[in-house]
Amino acid sequence: MTPLNIRRWSWIHKWSSLVCTVFMLLLCITGLPLIYHHEIVHALGNEVEAPEMPADTPRANVDKVIATALAAYPGKVMMYLSQDKEEPHVWALTVGDSPTSNDYKPLLADARTAQMLPEPPLEGGAFMSLMFHLHVDLYAGIYGKLFLGFMGLLLLVALVSGVVLYAPFTRKLAFGTVRHERSRRVRWLDLHNVLGIVTLVWALVVGATGMINTWADLLLKVWQNTELAEMTKPYAGLPPVTRLASMQAAIATAKQAAPGMEVGFVAFPGTAFATPHHYGMFMYGDSPLTSRLPKPILVDAQTGAVTSSAHLPWYLTALLVSQPLHFGDYGGQALKLVWALLDLATIVVLITGLYLWIKRGKAQAAKPAEQRATEAA
Amino acid sequence: MNRLFGPIWTAPIVLGLLTIVGLISALVGDGVWDALSAVTLGIVTAVGAWYGLRRPKKRHGARG
Repeated sequence: MTPLNIRRWSWIHKWSSLVCTVFMLLLCITGLPLIYHHEIVHALGNEVEAPEMPADTPRANVDKVIATALAAYPGKVMMYLSQDKEEPHVWALTVGDSPTSNDYKPLLADARTAQMLPEPPLEGGAFMSLMFHLHVDLYAGIYGKLFLGFMGLLLLVALVSGVVLYAPFTRKLAFGTVRHERSRRVRWLDLHNVLGIVTLVWALVVGATGMINTWADLLLKVWQNTELAEMTKPYAGLPPVTRLASMQAAIATAKQAAPGMEVGFVAFPGTAFATPHHYGMFMYGDSPLTSRLPKPILVDAQTGAVTSSAHLPWYLTALLVSQPLHFGDYGGQALKLVWALLDLATIVVLITGLYLWIKRGKAQAAKPAEQRATEAA
Repeated sequence: MNRLFGPIWTAPIVLGLLTIVGLISALVGDGVWDALSAVTLGIVTAVGAWYGLRRPKKRHGARG
């Protein structure tokens, strides 16, 4: 590489990294407990579980579950209903003052007795809630998300420019060499290079998918305003649904329309994932991919008949595939451990990088990058 | 590309490919696919730990 090119790429690497480093450190540190979200919530006793009952205990009618919840919270309407494959004895319900209410309430009910379970603490309790918001939106909603998404973009630029600089800075060293006999600056430069290149592809994937996840709200808006709006058109101008069709029957109908799949998530009429006249029913398969890529089915909330069964648009598919690749929650405990360890390695890369910039010194700063590359290698 | 390409890039390319196989295999299926993922990503993580944590053999007067 020509000296001029090294200098240019050094400039790109320096500034893209410097701007995002503090936020990346925050994301790496808060991301660590989020990898073990389930375990921590459980350990803190913030998890609500359905009581043990014989395995063949019959399931209650879902309509009864909904009626119990609404009776316990008079004046509220149903927003969402969902069931986790891992916890088939629990229905999760979300109720609110209106279908679009921001002041919603998550509830849990026993799927067998139709009795309400204790209210779970919001977002897994105070600690996990703090970690979640610092990681996702900095308590600034969509703006916080998009800001962190931009920091993610800078991370990607830093990673790519780092790869470009990898060769000129390591060309005279065997792979993985950390020169312990030299000054701390050289040692940390070597550590930065070796851990940076080892974690590279993982960091690219987690960085890129994290950035895509920050667009989730926008992508959903696009879907609501295009395909979902298109499906709703024939119902425009009709009076709102007054008597909702049986959910138990709607689930059975949806299962017929999507053989081999289970209902994972139901959006009630008027909410963000449905239309004013339909239940939005999201059907999940049981392979690692189909359990993450739901098939949306619109069921007429008045008649209970299937209106249409759609495929997810490509951008929502991309979003939903991005989620596991960012969370690392799709390969059991081994994958979680890998995620945690590579996260720690990334923290080392960030800190060593910051150190190299702080300790660049006046003499070093005066030297052009290509000279430093020659000296370093 | 020059004669230094191999010595510099062989290890990073192998590690990158292992990472890609590991990330995708756990997404494809459970059981053996999860195991393949654990092994490939485990190698990448172990390589990082080896080079990152390795200390030179103690020599008299060596810096810590």
